[in-house]
Amino acid sequence: MKGKPIASIVSAGLSRFGKLEGLYAREIFAEAAKEAYERCPNLNPKKDIKALFIGHMGESYEHQGHTGATAADWAGLMNISATRTEAACSSSGAALRAGIFAVLSGLCDVVMVGGVEKMTHRSTPEVTEFLAMASDFPFEQWHGITFPGLFALMATAHMHKYGTTEMQLAHVAVKNHYNGSLNPKAHMQKQITIETALSSRVIAWPLKLYDCSLITDGASCLILTKPELAKKYTDTPVHIIGSGQASDTIGIYEREDFTSLTAAKLAAQQAYKMAGLKPEDIDVAEVHDCFTIAEIIAYEDLGFCKPGEGGHLAENGETALNGKIPVNTSGGLKAKGHPVGATGTAQAYEIYLQLTGQAQKRQVKDAEVGLTHNVGGSGATATVHIYMRC
Amino acid sequence: MSEQVPFTIEQFYKHMLQGKFMGGKCKKCGKIHLPPRPLCDNCFSKEFEWVELPKNGKLLTYTIIHVAPPQFQGMAPYAVGIVQLENGVKIPGMIKGIALEKIKIGTSLTLDFGTCAATQEWPKWPRYYFKPA
Repeated sequence: MKGKPIASIVSAGLSRFGKLEGLYAREIFAEAAKEAYERCPNLNPKKDIKALFIGHMGESYEHQGHTGATAADWAGLMNISATRTEAACSSSGAALRAGIFAVLSGLCDVVMVGGVEKMTHRSTPEVTEFLAMASDFPFEQWHGITFPGLFALMATAHMHKYGTTEMQLAHVAVKNHYNGSLNPKAHMQKQITIETALSSRVIAWPLKLYDCSLITDGASCLILTKPELAKKYTDTPVHIIGSGQASDTIGIYEREDFTSLTAAKLAAQQAYKMAGLKPEDIDVAEVHDCFTIAEIIAYEDLGFCKPGEGGHLAENGETALNGKIPVNTSGGLKAKGHPVGATGTAQAYEIYLQLTGQAQKRQVKDAEVGLTHNVGGSGATATVHIYMRC
Repeated sequence: MSEQVPFTIEQFYKHMLQGKFMGGKCKKCGKIHLPPRPLCDNCFSKEFEWVELPKNGKLLTYTIIHVAPPQFQGMAPYAVGIVQLENGVKIPGMIKGIALEKIKIGTSLTLDFGTCAATQEWPKWPRYYFKPA
């Protein structure tokens, strides 16, 4: 039996993803907000929206913190309760959860949740340094372990324990680039081959350039309300029926196992339990493929396959658009792009499109139940949400 | 050693500058913390004693960093890994003194901090590394 809705998405917006030159984060967020307003003519944003929760990872990029108030202002929402949430790459997954808290508590009828990051105006070494702040400083960063390096440590362990191959990692990249080629808002809209992926330069062995997600500018948002009010705003709301979040050690070295993310497994268990669903009930999922190995580990942590079988799932095409469980139909972080603060609600935006039949060339037929899996840093935070078509 | 010495990350690196590789052991539940912590995450005790940690261990996983942060760029490619010490405690670090292609999971390594000095700038910590045992 499917769980009851805890909150409903009545609209969603996504800016273009890519290199958005000459724009400031707040201006990009306004682009996402505008789309959400236009999709929902019954909503009077100034009157109805009582709070904003916005994910934003780093003030270093634009020398600008205090993103809650700034984003609210630029979205035309003056004098509301506006708060930034920060959980590294899961910042807007955390914003979504905060929005659910606000709606479920009865404190707010309608809230906006979203996220934003402006990254591409900075040099790659600068971005590398800013992103590394999501990992442990005293023992990881201090000893030269980069952010890709942390996921490379997981990849080496996964390959050793289960025989996962670089070829299987490449299959994830090829699939997500194909999906990205069908998404007009994706940062990279070109297909790649297995050979391209395998022959790309090494970043942190065994991870190569095409195993890594993109440095991208972008913003995303959702309008949430109480399920009983959803029909007032739209005939086609998407209900959130499961939500989970968990934390773990900031340093991966303190963990029992490097081949899975405990926080993601726990968040998924919470969300499945609340929704009354099992992994096999999911029709379409957006998972946190910051690196190809992260998508393979996500399959396993979410129960789409047994531990160790994630590589085969990718290789056999079971997570492709026409596969058993399509994953990252948007192109994922790999091809759609990864403006870190925006990613969590950008994943929810894709699921919103899929469950309302608006995903165009990448539409999964008859998709009724969707899932998002958003990981912060190297797994010290994870948020998982489950959605159901109305 | 005085037990007034704070059980902190800062003190872990200060010990290293004094030639000591020390962890904090919870007096209540016995958990050994690396890095030392002021509050035991297992039993919430605030009572600890310093214990010397074994320098030998086995490599649990590793990577070869090719694209490095600015301050490490001159060393790339270099290996980093996570080592499980003989008492079970885990610690990450750079691996030196072995050809990159010879590094394998399970390789026996030993911690070396004999020559490491504190950095001039904050946080003024040394950098230990692992070498073949």
